[in-house]
Amino acid sequence: MLNTRDILETIRMIQDENLDIRTITMGISLLDCADSDINKACTKIHAKISRLAENLVCVGDDIGREYGIPIINKRVAVTPIAMLLAASGGAPVAYARTLERAAQDVGVNFIGGYSALVQKGFAAGDEALIRSIPEALAATEHVCSSVNIGSTKAGINMDAVALMGRIIRECAERTADRNCIGAAKLVAFCNAPEDNPFMAGAFHGAGEPDCVVNVGVSGPGVVRNAIAKIADADITEIADVVKKTAFKITRIGQLVATQAAERLGVPFGIVDLSLAPTPAVGDSVAYILEEMGLEQCGAHGTTAALALLNDAVKKGGVMASSHVGGLSGAFIPVSEDAGMIAAARSGVLSIEKLEAMTAVCSVGLDMIVVPGDTPAEVLSAVLADEAAIGMVNGKTTAVRLIPAIGRGVGEELEFGGLLGSGPVMPLNTKSPAKFISRGGRIPAPIHSLKN
Amino acid sequence: MKAVLTVVGRDMVGILADVSAECAARSVNIVEVSQSVLQDLFCMIMLVDVRECPLSLAEFADLMSAKGREKGLAIHVMHEDIFKTMHQI
Repeated sequence: MLNTRDILETIRMIQDENLDIRTITMGISLLDCADSDINKACTKIHAKISRLAENLVCVGDDIGREYGIPIINKRVAVTPIAMLLAASGGAPVAYARTLERAAQDVGVNFIGGYSALVQKGFAAGDEALIRSIPEALAATEHVCSSVNIGSTKAGINMDAVALMGRIIRECAERTADRNCIGAAKLVAFCNAPEDNPFMAGAFHGAGEPDCVVNVGVSGPGVVRNAIAKIADADITEIADVVKKTAFKITRIGQLVATQAAERLGVPFGIVDLSLAPTPAVGDSVAYILEEMGLEQCGAHGTTAALALLNDAVKKGGVMASSHVGGLSGAFIPVSEDAGMIAAARSGVLSIEKLEAMTAVCSVGLDMIVVPGDTPAEVLSAVLADEAAIGMVNGKTTAVRLIPAIGRGVGEELEFGGLLGSGPVMPLNTKSPAKFISRGGRIPAPIHSLKN
Repeated sequence: MKAVLTVVGRDMVGILADVSAECAARSVNIVEVSQSVLQDLFCMIMLVDVRECPLSLAEFADLMSAKGREKGLAIHVMHEDIFKTMHQI
């Protein structure tokens, strides 16, 4: 029998602590839509997405209403479009426009997969797709793009790193009149997961089934409040409380995922047990770290606190779900987290500290606004550093930088909604131009002699 | 199929009667009730059986929440599985 305390605890988590399901993401393979005629391929893509995702939004809304848990986003992730472009050739932006039309027709918030995987080199279609990203993201609203430029097994493709610096800049330039939003829809990965439900990096990997449902949970506010209740506890107790809380949060994700899969008639893929912040006050990962006893996020001790949090979230979440995957961990997107925004604004949180934090947390340098005059090679070098952390540590890292065209340190970009707002953060301005222009590949790291 | 119905709001005459009447009108059977009044705050938790209800659970939840708003009460109807899943292994 249910007891009153448990019922009230669940309701408080949802009503007061912003517990929600961040996203139900349907992964759709487009491999069977490949065609040597790009127009035919686009027709097949639109038909397949419309057929499979037709009920995604209403099923998500129904589950949300029945179970009383908000389901914030419904999204679609597709096969990396570079694979289809390899077969068809032609102007890649036609695919982006098709994805945009399909996203609007089925009513999803975002569609991800305007992507290429080039960790070891460019295959047919890859380079053309990457070069078309700025135009594609400026011409569409819902399409998200990602490029995997490195992996622990392959090393880092430095030609792709150099190219991505220029692409990130161009994405911002082309959308300078819209707060440089193009760059916020593009993420460069090392070790990209193939089943990630979170944008902008979601795509449907080649090893995935034809169609699958993945769910991303959230709930930083719940974790923070759980820690606040044990004000004088030692670190062991804090880790235990985070584990228990993560377990409860993830159980909801598992329930919603199995329900969504059953009602949509497609297999359940994974639950991504992430702590994903939003700009709403109380829904911040930075506040969790501050609740542990840091004056402000970014202070010395932040990396240790984040390592504890990230590990405890995984330990608690793993038992709560039959399949865990995606990015799973604590996200630290600066512009989407009220505590991170405050810490960056006050100068306590620097990009160097964020880089250290990414070595122990999920993902990487996410939603960071940088000066508009940052040269492409500096953006590439930030990406290379971040990819190196991922490659050597066998984890996913990513970079989503937004050059604020026409603005500098002391100014801000305001995206609105879940993307939030961010102060322009200074970067080291010494030039890495020669290092970046060399091209080639950083060899894959050795897996013994661990020091 | 069972659902948990919670009512929270300022205490006043007839809350229990109103909520039960709405349930009865929709063939929703009340299985268990627990209720308390702390200072002026009324808090009630009902376990209800919605198998015979002609509305879907989502529609019933929307209806009860709208009825609650009319009287200044927060009424939530949620599938019991969300609580079972979260609190029972």
